[in-house]
Amino acid sequence: MKHLDAYRDADTCRRLAAEIRALTTRPWSIMEVCGGQTHALIRGGLEELLPESIRMIHGPGCPVCVTPIEVIDQAIAVAERPEVILCSFGDMLRVPGSQESLLAAKGRGAEVRVVYSPLDAVRMAEAEPTREVVFLAIGFETTAPANAMAVRVAKQRGLANFSMLVSQVLVPPAIDALMQDPATRVDAFLAAGHVASITGTEAYPELSRRHGVPIVVTGFEPVDLLAGIRRTVELLEQGQAICDNAYSRVVAEAGNLAAQEVLREVFEPCDRQWRGMGVIPQSGWQLTEAFADHDAQRRFPHDAPPASEAAVCRSGEVLRGLLKPTDCAAFGRECTPETPCGATMVSSEGACAAYYHAGR
Amino acid sequence: MSRSSSPSGSGLHCPPPDTGSHSPRVLMGHGGGGLLTQQLIRRVFLAAFGATVQAETDAAIVSVPGDRQAFTTDSFVVRPLFFPGGSIGDLAINGTVNDLAMVGSMPRFLAASFVIEEGLPVAELQQIAHDMATAAAAAGVQIVAGDTKVVERGCGDGVYITTTGIGELRPGIALAASRVQLGDILLVSGTIGDHGMAILKVREDLGFEAAITSDTAALHGLTAAILTCCPKTRLLRDPTRGGLATCLAEIAEQTGRGLEIDEASVSVAPEVAAACELLGLDPWLVANEGKLVAIVPAEDAEAVLQSMRDHPLGQEAAMIGRVVDDHPGRVVATTPLGGRRLVPMPVGELLPRIC
Repeated sequence: MKHLDAYRDADTCRRLAAEIRALTTRPWSIMEVCGGQTHALIRGGLEELLPESIRMIHGPGCPVCVTPIEVIDQAIAVAERPEVILCSFGDMLRVPGSQESLLAAKGRGAEVRVVYSPLDAVRMAEAEPTREVVFLAIGFETTAPANAMAVRVAKQRGLANFSMLVSQVLVPPAIDALMQDPATRVDAFLAAGHVASITGTEAYPELSRRHGVPIVVTGFEPVDLLAGIRRTVELLEQGQAICDNAYSRVVAEAGNLAAQEVLREVFEPCDRQWRGMGVIPQSGWQLTEAFADHDAQRRFPHDAPPASEAAVCRSGEVLRGLLKPTDCAAFGRECTPETPCGATMVSSEGACAAYYHAGR
Repeated sequence: MSRSSSPSGSGLHCPPPDTGSHSPRVLMGHGGGGLLTQQLIRRVFLAAFGATVQAETDAAIVSVPGDRQAFTTDSFVVRPLFFPGGSIGDLAINGTVNDLAMVGSMPRFLAASFVIEEGLPVAELQQIAHDMATAAAAAGVQIVAGDTKVVERGCGDGVYITTTGIGELRPGIALAASRVQLGDILLVSGTIGDHGMAILKVREDLGFEAAITSDTAALHGLTAAILTCCPKTRLLRDPTRGGLATCLAEIAEQTGRGLEIDEASVSVAPEVAAACELLGLDPWLVANEGKLVAIVPAEDAEAVLQSMRDHPLGQEAAMIGRVVDDHPGRVVATTPLGGRRLVPMPVGELLPRIC
């Protein structure tokens, strides 16, 4: 904790905020892509320190929010099989599918357990050989190495009763898709530092060039975030559409080579549906053929009609920065954290829930 | 006479029936109301609680001074039954004692009801009863009545305990949300999040080594110190399930007033903070079992703070905020960085964040 104190220092934050104010000459919209950054911005009350002309847009980087309805429906269907124990990260449980959430399915008798690490699910498969343990593997590049490791360990140990329902998503294709939409109003991106710490920064310079936007790799502590925002504003004011790394204490240009090797072995790119954004080409990972035996998608096929979001929900526009949560007619009325219409209201990192809790 | 001593056989010998009277585990028969039940009560509960239990009658008869008493009940379900810093037995006494203490009463009598799962080791039940007896003695309450039931294996988590308590109201004390006024000061008696993280650490077998201990404790002594120091105290609450954030949000809602909390003044033990950070949990939402929030008039706040710090259970007490004119019905925290954030009422169970 001592190490982190330096990155939470109030004086440093105030100094950075003052520098951002001094640099800013006109309005800028900056999207932080990662839900962890959204959480830290809100938790620290950081937006209040920024000048009014800087608008932070909470992007699609909440893995819970962008997991498609179909995957939640499939997870529920799998969990309802008597032989199955479905394991998931905690905040996935409340997300509504087309009919209900995993939490509601659990209430009806489905065996759904919260785990803190995918390896916990592997250990569970080992301890309960008569049950089928299915791990719901969601998340960005950050959760992928641990998930990949879990399935590799399961294969090594010959645990035929362990499988993964994979809905991994990737950040750079999402930024690309956002910028291809002419309606998108984003001047610059904060790229998620933890994603880049795995993959490296190689994908970003090309994105910056192609779309004419600065992309700054940024960390998660208050000082890191403000330093990332300062660098972004600097680049915006100078009219430089380049990628820069404001999180070099963690992120190396090449990323984590050992993690990348495991990822290459276990996953391959695929087209992926994003909740609120539709299908984005090559924006996800699926298990390679070598791990087919551990692929819950193949082991427990689920033929459900494509599901759609509640008609009133405009979370797709919110995720793309086109709509402020508070401008949605359902916000705070039909749609609250207790009765969410869409995923952005469910997770504490979702833009709508964040606005709701901030009392805006 | 043993059977082997009559090899010639003089008729049929049934093996002696297993009455279960020496069973190391609780059997269904222990809940049947017969001899076994009596034995269990004697072996476990009377042995621990002693003469205070009025076992011969269907109801205990007690005497509490005054024409108004405090009266409450609480059920305790916790997995595991034993954890660093205590057991379900400690919780069952301290939880009800604290509920009585928070309305300004001195806890006097408790009744305890046990729903026991078949197969629970009797030694564990004895340990739990022993913990209850120790906690009751420390809290100055008498356990005067009780009940036991046994449910089939698989239908319970070892044991569920319900305790019901009666407390003697201190004269001249009126604690109520409606008495909270603008400018009043909020105090909290120590670090938060210890109990919930202690439980989570052992329940989920989390692999970190930090020593985190439940804060379970009876708070009637601390409340007595506060009320003696400041009879005008507006409100006392113990932030148990749902943690400090839920407790504050409830107070804001009930009083209809805004609460402004200085986040930096709310202390969290470094081990608890680190564990929460690792798991994506907010310590403000994690349960406490030995902490309280007090709201007192501003002019008495310093004196109350001192009286809390002079008590063993309030050594780390702090002023954490005040009642304000702004944002009625809501809690706003000023962050150490100078920003502000709303402290929302959590929705359902505490779920860790993914990233």
